[in-house]
Amino acid sequence: MKNRLSRLAVPYVIWMALFVVAPIVMIVVYAFTSAEGGFTLANFSRMGLYGVVFFRSFKLALIATAICLVIGYPVSYMMSKEGPKFQRVAMVLIMLPMWINFLLRTYSWMSILENNGLLNQFFQKIGLIGLCNALFGTNLDYFPMMNTQGAVVLGMVYNYLPFMILPIYSVIVKLDGSLIEAARDLGANGLSVFRRVILPLSLPGVLSGITMVFVPSVSTFAISKMLGGGTELLLGDLIEQQFLGGAYNPQLGAAISLVMMVIVVVCMVVMNRFGEGEEQAVML
Amino acid sequence: MSKELIRLRNICMAFDDELVLNNINLYINDKEFLTLLGPSGCGKTTTLRMIGGFTTPTSGDVLFDGVRINDVPPHQRQINTVFQKYALFPHLNVFENIAFGLRMQRRPDPSDPRKKTKIPEEEIRERVMEMLEIISLKGFENRRPDALSGGQQQRVAIARALVNRPKVLLLDEPLGALDLKLRKDMQIELKRIQQQVGITFIYVTHDQEEALTMSDTIVVMDKGSIQQIGTPEDIYNEPKNAFVADFIGESNIIDGLMVQDKLVQMYGRQFPCLDGGFAPGEPVDVVIRPEDIDIVPVEQGQLTGTVTSVTFKGMQYDIIVDFKGFKWLIQTTDHSPEGARIGIKIDPDGIHVMKKSQYSGMFGDYSSFSDEYDELDDASLALDEEESGDEE
Repeated sequence: MKNRLSRLAVPYVIWMALFVVAPIVMIVVYAFTSAEGGFTLANFSRMGLYGVVFFRSFKLALIATAICLVIGYPVSYMMSKEGPKFQRVAMVLIMLPMWINFLLRTYSWMSILENNGLLNQFFQKIGLIGLCNALFGTNLDYFPMMNTQGAVVLGMVYNYLPFMILPIYSVIVKLDGSLIEAARDLGANGLSVFRRVILPLSLPGVLSGITMVFVPSVSTFAISKMLGGGTELLLGDLIEQQFLGGAYNPQLGAAISLVMMVIVVVCMVVMNRFGEGEEQAVML
Repeated sequence: MSKELIRLRNICMAFDDELVLNNINLYINDKEFLTLLGPSGCGKTTTLRMIGGFTTPTSGDVLFDGVRINDVPPHQRQINTVFQKYALFPHLNVFENIAFGLRMQRRPDPSDPRKKTKIPEEEIRERVMEMLEIISLKGFENRRPDALSGGQQQRVAIARALVNRPKVLLLDEPLGALDLKLRKDMQIELKRIQQQVGITFIYVTHDQEEALTMSDTIVVMDKGSIQQIGTPEDIYNEPKNAFVADFIGESNIIDGLMVQDKLVQMYGRQFPCLDGGFAPGEPVDVVIRPEDIDIVPVEQGQLTGTVTSVTFKGMQYDIIVDFKGFKWLIQTTDHSPEGARIGIKIDPDGIHVMKKSQYSGMFGDYSSFSDEYDELDDASLALDEEESGDEE
């Protein structure tokens, strides 16, 4: 019975071999190959040149992840405390933007953030820009918001926030209510119940939320291209340039991808260790 | 033993217009083992949660040591709870589960009474170890709850509550999830712990045998009302109405007529009994326990009937006897074959007369005996039904 059912997994195993394992192998092979086809480490020796891009990518992804966590955790927590009807509606509202094409969503942020975009027009109307000029002696016609790191982070937060909320929510909502009652019964006030019981027990959700936001953020290229205007080059853009752009150099692109992948994997392993440690730290 | 600790005064509780508790009045003494007993949905758990502070009554007062505590949150009550499914913290080991309450406590600093301090680590260690000793789980302090058996988890849950030295321990069907053998052991264990720590236990169960074994006082509840309060002996020997008689043990409940004090009429015959205080000619319910009936030759019997079924139970036979269409359960060590005509004799102290109540006529006939008895007999089956009923 078990064997027969497990045969149903065969298509996915094939799929994974073809489209997950094979590409990774190809990336590794490419990364160690020169343009002429021989073995080389040259692709990696040039990595130092891109240190700034690496640093910026990780920094922005980290900031975006932190913001998602700060926004997402309370939302998940509040949601789980509400009635089932509220939860269903809230869930749909959170998922709703994801039904719209990713590029379209990001594109719409451009028209909001532009120099004469919606937001600046609004600030103009309420006199905020004039006020700012009067207060700080500046001479602005608009707030420059497009093509900044802030805009890129905003794009990441906007696009990936649901990936933070969903895993945390699904862990908290399944929390056994009697554990919370037990903690209260044993003398814990609201804050202690949260810190000692709810938070440690929701940590698995937090960890998978962080992973699900951080990984796509660090490798995104569309967001930085559209909202960063290409001035704030991120790893994703850099890699894209090597494959599709003018700087055509797939070997280098593969090497950058590989380094990024290794760093991300190391980060995740360290974080999961830290997560377990955290659980024990609370225990002590 | 006699000092009053908790009093429930005129408690009513309604959920969405449905009356769950109807004018509950109850006092609980210090160091007493009191059991709230009743079928599921009778309001016993709601009563317990109210004492614990997890729900507030719609009307009425909860008094603790003479002080009204209706609005005092659970963490400020000197009461701890053992939850139905233990509710051990899965992310903490046994030691930390037990230490949880102690770590939450703040008490006046001995050097500066205005300041509050935590309990020092050495004291926490000492008290947790002491509890581990009481529950015989020394050496388990580093285990996670999921690495413990049901009985062990149960004991950790008790230790976790007791370590705070509460004045009252609330236990919500704590043995429900254990198998029969373990349940029997834990009943004795619980009683021992209660006597050792010398505090009040308030225990909720639907298992009448558990209640009879452990309690000083039993409160029988049904449909949100208290049916009877008394010692196990009182409840068993002098049930107040047909519901209590049926719920506690096996009972034959027969329509009767009080002729005068100490004389009751059933089946047109008069039986001497010990009860009085009824109006002459008042209709009553008569409870006769199956073990209080003696089988005698037909000519000597106060009543005669026909045996319709015989079940061997090891210690005794359970026989069903038809008396003019009303079937009785009789437990006897003498074998009577199916179809035999027998006579019965009942001593005056075996006859319990009760006032008619809303429950009259609902219980006490064993004509559907075989089905009902199968269910009663199969404890696990009854328990399963109870549980699935609870979840609905």
